[in-house]
Amino acid sequence: MAGKKHKIKFLLNGTEQAMEVEPNSTLLRTLRDGLGLTGTKCGCDNGECGACTVLIDGKAVLSCLTLTVEVDGKEVTTIEGLAQGTTLHPVQQAFIDHHGTQCGFCTPGIIMSSVSLLNENPQPTEMDVKKALVGNLCRCGSYPMAVNAVLQAAGKNRGGEK
Amino acid sequence: MNCEKYYLPATVEEAINILRENQGNARLIAGGTDLVLQLRERKINTKALVDLSALKELNGITENNGWITIGSMTTHQQIAASGIIREKARVLAEAAQSIGSPQIRNVGTIGGNVVNAQPAADTTIALMALDARARILTNQGEITKPVGELFLGAGQSAIDPTSEILLAFDIKTPGAREATAFMRLAKRKALALPIVNVGVWLKLDQTLSKFEDIRIALGPMAPVPVRATNTEAVLKGAPLQQTVLLQAMAVLEKEISPRDSLRGSAFYKKEMAKVLLKRAILVAVKDLGGELGE
Repeated sequence: MAGKKHKIKFLLNGTEQAMEVEPNSTLLRTLRDGLGLTGTKCGCDNGECGACTVLIDGKAVLSCLTLTVEVDGKEVTTIEGLAQGTTLHPVQQAFIDHHGTQCGFCTPGIIMSSVSLLNENPQPTEMDVKKALVGNLCRCGSYPMAVNAVLQAAGKNRGGEK
Repeated sequence: MNCEKYYLPATVEEAINILRENQGNARLIAGGTDLVLQLRERKINTKALVDLSALKELNGITENNGWITIGSMTTHQQIAASGIIREKARVLAEAAQSIGSPQIRNVGTIGGNVVNAQPAADTTIALMALDARARILTNQGEITKPVGELFLGAGQSAIDPTSEILLAFDIKTPGAREATAFMRLAKRKALALPIVNVGVWLKLDQTLSKFEDIRIALGPMAPVPVRATNTEAVLKGAPLQQTVLLQAMAVLEKEISPRDSLRGSAFYKKEMAKVLLKRAILVAVKDLGGELGE
């Protein structure tokens, strides 16, 4: 079972991370079990719920479907890497302001998808936001608040809290 | 998952050599959005993975001398956002856009989608409507095959990922009076596999009053993606009329044989295939400024 370990180096939340991984470890397992970064959630572990979304080179991807060896030389950002010191990322702050979170389990994934959207499209429409979040399931159903939060973070707050 | 080794070749030659040295024990991985799951569930076993993601020559969309070329490692996101594809192969842009979710489309590739060989893989249906040619590197050198010949059964590709490398797809740049359309029915608009998907390419005659030529691809209607050639034959040369369309829908019903599944009954899939075919034809005809008479 145990495969040959591979040495990899990648930028994790701005800090260089060097480690040895087995070729069959997923990035989700490495982040949570190997590095203790439990902000990234394991929901379905099947590529269907979006709770494990992280950014690789700025783009939203599912860490449960990514092998850790594949991030060699790349830049990985998790929910832990968004705040600057004690100042939250504007998207994180907007989720607090708009009650974008209920139970909170899907929230890290939704925030990472939102950050990926704003990286590419800083001025999204409401439909752009909805389309960017289709890959993140929220069983509490707090979608409208999440969409409002992202619009606020993009400077488009129309005061439409629900 | 019992994979023991991982390779990241820098050239296609290096990749094919690694496959050859491993004699069937190493397997290519593209985006991995299907394969990682299949490995974890032990539906596929391999001792080693050969990752194609560093091969820049397999990634990208270009247009040259009347042909559009799409590298096998081009992601669904790149295809959906490509100006060339949106303008000249709309069926493929819309198919790529309908896959999974943004997270899947950022990673999943067109080559992986085709080699995974599912009967309703969205980009496969579009490529068949476009009559795309696949370029494949084998031990005997590079060969070219129509995409429609790449499927042996559900999940069974004619391309062996332990010894052959799918390099690219070539599509003829569309001429005047040619248009395409893609239609898809699923339970949700995201993260849902298609109940039925249909891709259509058609060409109208000079007066825009007849179908000069047409290709229709559908899934999931059989263990492999299918072309509806009998239905195409009814439409070729026929006038743009509602009655012709009704006739084509009747022939389609006899030509396809979907099965009952969790996604829908065979009866329902047949009915919806007819409706989606009609809609796809209407969209493509309208695109060309044509109109269907009574």
